[in-house]
Amino acid sequence: MRTARVDRVASRRQQQLLANTITHILLIVLGLAALAPFWWMISTSFKTEFEAFQIPPTWLPLEPTLEAYGDLFLNQPFGIFLYNSVKIAVLGVGGQLITSSLAAFAFARLDFPGKNVLFIIVLSTMMVPYAVTVIPLYIVMHRIGWVNTHLPLIVPAMLSSAYGTFLLRQFMFSLPVELEDAARIDGCSSFGIYRRIALPLMKPALATLGVFSFMASWNNFFGPFIFLDRKYLFTVQLGVALVQRQWYTSWPRLMAGSVVVTLPVLLVFLLLQRYFVRGISLTGIKG
Amino acid sequence: MAQSQALTRLAVRTKIQEIRWHRYEGYLFVAPLIIGIVAFIFLPIAASLYMSFNKWDMVSPPELVGLKNYARLVSRDRLFWKVLGNTFKYAGWIIVPSVTFPLILAALLDRPIRMRYLYRLAFFLPLVTSVVAVGLMFRWLYDGEFGLINYTLSWVGIDGPNWLSDPFWAMPAVAMVTVWQGLGYNMVLYLAGLQGIPDHLHEAATIDGAGPFSRFFRITIPLLTPTMFFILVMSVIGTFQTFGLIYVMTQGGPINSTNVYIYYLWQMAFGSSKMGYASAMAWILALVIFTVTMIQVRLARLWVHY
Repeated sequence: MRTARVDRVASRRQQQLLANTITHILLIVLGLAALAPFWWMISTSFKTEFEAFQIPPTWLPLEPTLEAYGDLFLNQPFGIFLYNSVKIAVLGVGGQLITSSLAAFAFARLDFPGKNVLFIIVLSTMMVPYAVTVIPLYIVMHRIGWVNTHLPLIVPAMLSSAYGTFLLRQFMFSLPVELEDAARIDGCSSFGIYRRIALPLMKPALATLGVFSFMASWNNFFGPFIFLDRKYLFTVQLGVALVQRQWYTSWPRLMAGSVVVTLPVLLVFLLLQRYFVRGISLTGIKG
Repeated sequence: MAQSQALTRLAVRTKIQEIRWHRYEGYLFVAPLIIGIVAFIFLPIAASLYMSFNKWDMVSPPELVGLKNYARLVSRDRLFWKVLGNTFKYAGWIIVPSVTFPLILAALLDRPIRMRYLYRLAFFLPLVTSVVAVGLMFRWLYDGEFGLINYTLSWVGIDGPNWLSDPFWAMPAVAMVTVWQGLGYNMVLYLAGLQGIPDHLHEAATIDGAGPFSRFFRITIPLLTPTMFFILVMSVIGTFQTFGLIYVMTQGGPINSTNVYIYYLWQMAFGSSKMGYASAMAWILALVIFTVTMIQVRLARLWVHY
């Protein structure tokens, strides 16, 4: 009787162990499939042109060299490209956080005629394909002399984020109203409540939105591609595409470029990843 | 007495005025957003619709041609149909893998195993990498002679094709990159879905003697169908608007076999300066996306359990 139970427990444990082992094996295989391309990118970027074309390929560079990186920063203005990307992302994201949080506060807490209709109109813009608006935008930007400036990449991002407004409004609903009511009774203005109470409480959601928009801005290719064709205005993404046009199969250079565009966004992601995961589930499921 | 009444009346009036003003205060808060949305989304939509009825090369003045752009696209532009077909093919290639692979990942990661955090991180990396970097990385991996993929295949005696310059293989090759990149995002959606499944369902089924597999197929999957539906709809919408990956990897080639809708639209608008024609294309795309999504919503009744 007793041994039977011990046996059962033992076999249960064995089963669990087996299941865990299989899970780990599967995850390792899939994980490698996800990571191998990155390994290959980094490894190639440190190889010489000659070694990149060796068969069989070498997993680690035999004679690691910084030649490809040197080329990007000395023969191409990659420093400037990086600066441009940072500038566009920071200004766009900063502006977006302000306009979206203001609007989200009003949609969640204030009452005004036509509020719901207005909110639905804002939301509906998320369904409009970019292709529909990009041509007229280009023409308008061309007319007012904004083509070949960074403005078409910054100003619309600052002012028209329906996504950000939606995300922050959802978050506002999860915050307690009592603090705000107390402040109002004490004579605080709406703007005061927004500045002193709502905004500090919204910090986690602002971080989520910030991470997302930063990545979207950094990785944006189509926008800069349409609006910029002067080299010194290029973002890093355009810079890498430029490297590809120039040296179509110089793999160490192309991979070095890929490493340079990926690294900053990777750092941001690693530092703020918990906000990132939350953002996906917050808007994905509830939306 | 009369004086104090007058005072109260005055106080009430100012209070009412204050409330009236408060009623409109919200507009100040939403003003920047609304101005932006009108200027950068609504006006462009209207302009785009108007332009689609015009012939315009941005040099000579626009010329109103009615529905001619649309008629020409549908009846005389053979590349248009090819490109539309390619876009559907592209979506077709990604649907099954982008719904199933992340599900497997999420199911594996939903259990309390060690290093879960690290695995999750691995599947996120592709997501945060730009299409330019991803495209270049895979161009290199897919290289016919020196690429890692064909080298790996040669271990098992397969002589891999020159993926991106083969009219048949180029499209599935590009599609797989899209799937690879979306793994992490869809996995998180599934993980959130899995957390929403109450434990007692699994416990009850276990007591009734259901094994892990039948529990997975009879409890987990049916309860995840809303997530699957969401992933399906979003993936299809995403593929219909792909540009960067195609530009970096194939430039629409070989012989237009990977030329997809937005890529062709870009060629028309910014390569050939046919602004009216390209605007008409954009509206057809919006209509196609809308129709496909509506069909999916209709079909959802048959398989999605809410």
